[in-house]
Amino acid sequence: MRGVTRTVRVYWRILVAGFRRQSAYVMAAFGGLVANTTFGLLKVAILFATVRAAGGELEGYDVALMSTYIWISQGLLGSINMSGRIEIADRIKSGDVAVDFLRPLDVQGAAITTEVGRAVFNLIPRGLPSVLIGGIFVGMALPADPSAYALGAVSVLLAIAVSAATVYLLVGVPGFWIVETRGLQILYMVVSGFLAGLFVPIWLFPDVLEVAAQATPFPATMMYPVDVISGRAAGLDAVALVAAQVAWLLGVLAVGQLLTRAGRRHLEVQGG
Amino acid sequence: MAESALSRLRPYREVLASRARSQTSYRASFVLDLVSSLLIGVVELAEVSILFHNVVRLGGLEFSQILLVFGLADLCFSLADMTFGHCDNLPAYLRAGTLDVFYLRPQPLLMQLVTSDLSLRRLARALVGLVALVVGLTINDIAWSVPHAVLLGLAIVSGYATFAAMFVWAGGAQFFLVEGAETTNAFVYGGRYAATQAASVWTRPLWVVFGFFFPMAFTAFLPAMWLLGVHEPDWLPHWLGWCAPVAAVWAWALALLSWRWGVRHYQGGGG
Repeated sequence: MRGVTRTVRVYWRILVAGFRRQSAYVMAAFGGLVANTTFGLLKVAILFATVRAAGGELEGYDVALMSTYIWISQGLLGSINMSGRIEIADRIKSGDVAVDFLRPLDVQGAAITTEVGRAVFNLIPRGLPSVLIGGIFVGMALPADPSAYALGAVSVLLAIAVSAATVYLLVGVPGFWIVETRGLQILYMVVSGFLAGLFVPIWLFPDVLEVAAQATPFPATMMYPVDVISGRAAGLDAVALVAAQVAWLLGVLAVGQLLTRAGRRHLEVQGG
Repeated sequence: MAESALSRLRPYREVLASRARSQTSYRASFVLDLVSSLLIGVVELAEVSILFHNVVRLGGLEFSQILLVFGLADLCFSLADMTFGHCDNLPAYLRAGTLDVFYLRPQPLLMQLVTSDLSLRRLARALVGLVALVVGLTINDIAWSVPHAVLLGLAIVSGYATFAAMFVWAGGAQFFLVEGAETTNAFVYGGRYAATQAASVWTRPLWVVFGFFFPMAFTAFLPAMWLLGVHEPDWLPHWLGWCAPVAAVWAWALALLSWRWGVRHYQGGGG
């Protein structure tokens, strides 16, 4: 029992350290907010025009709900990793990861916890202001049911975790075998935003593409939490989306753990 | 005279040739880079076409017409990104203090920075833009005449120059922002996103920012409207498409002013 509390406390400290480290970059957060808001306004113009051209309703979206989608997804952008950049990839490339393996901590757990800490901090300077700016200047639909917000908060945290665990799996661990992961990182950057529903909600995709997107963890990092908070998915539908997020998180973590162990056996430190 | 001008350009040519050689020498890595770059173009085109999967007309335009706007904008942006995109690396040079090395050489700072790299992989993305442009020009009913051909040429050159100016403008701003590099992304990459859209759906504030101040609508949308003979948006004169070169000159004035301020502000890396 004491062992469990100790482990929880260690990861809590790593989470807080990640959070505090990110708080040092105020200018970066401001820059991100400017970018999020500008892109948000462009999305408003083109997506509102699309909804209006479709007769005011499109796949369950009216203008107000589309606005909610735009501003919540823009707000999440600072916290969901769409760039594919993760610190552990550099540590694997340089061989520093050998030191990480010597620590009495799980390498995957520590790497993901740090990322989650940084992501949670970004909700403050980038997430909330984006939603506020959108709400005040453009207006948006919000669910009346208070339970939607509670479930929404859970869904956002799950999205952050799925995102960190997915970058770790797809860009981080392959480094044990291929060393230079820059190509994978760029590929991740191109595909993740599109399939997560960053520019267009995946429900507007042609059927084949919509199914293909849902066969990846990316919608669980953005589309699902946006649907839960905005109330587009309510009641059992919302619970089903959160359940899908949990399933993706467990799946991505499990495969990541297996590959980390295999990678450790395969590890050859450069020049060491 | 001509000879001395040529010999003055030689160092730049040598650097660019060496950059091109270094990128192509690792074949596998270069091919993966090309594929990723191609995919960026394809995904961007997919984002536009998905909207037209849901509606027939957007901002008064059909998909074939927006394809022309997209192709023109993306071709120009990719070429500018290939030749000027590495101005984005400036914050890294500023943080590491390596920019000071450029000051030691007897050549203009901006020329050195621009010619310090050439991202050949972005040719793949330019290819997507080119194909979209050619298809757009073919499937649309354009009343071809000499002015049409002239405007097309003018639009490509001006569009390239305008996007290139955006990278230089952002570079100048980096001297002040350093950590806040993402601020300029809003207008450089946001500008690219804006340029590929049907600008007729924009609100007036968006027209002020991306229509005129950063003249993104002049890179593709307005010239394309003249080529197609479409009066969109109806509150702007139709001949505005011919002002693409004016927009490019304005963008460069903005860029050089920003660059000058930035360089004057710079105090050195403390080395």
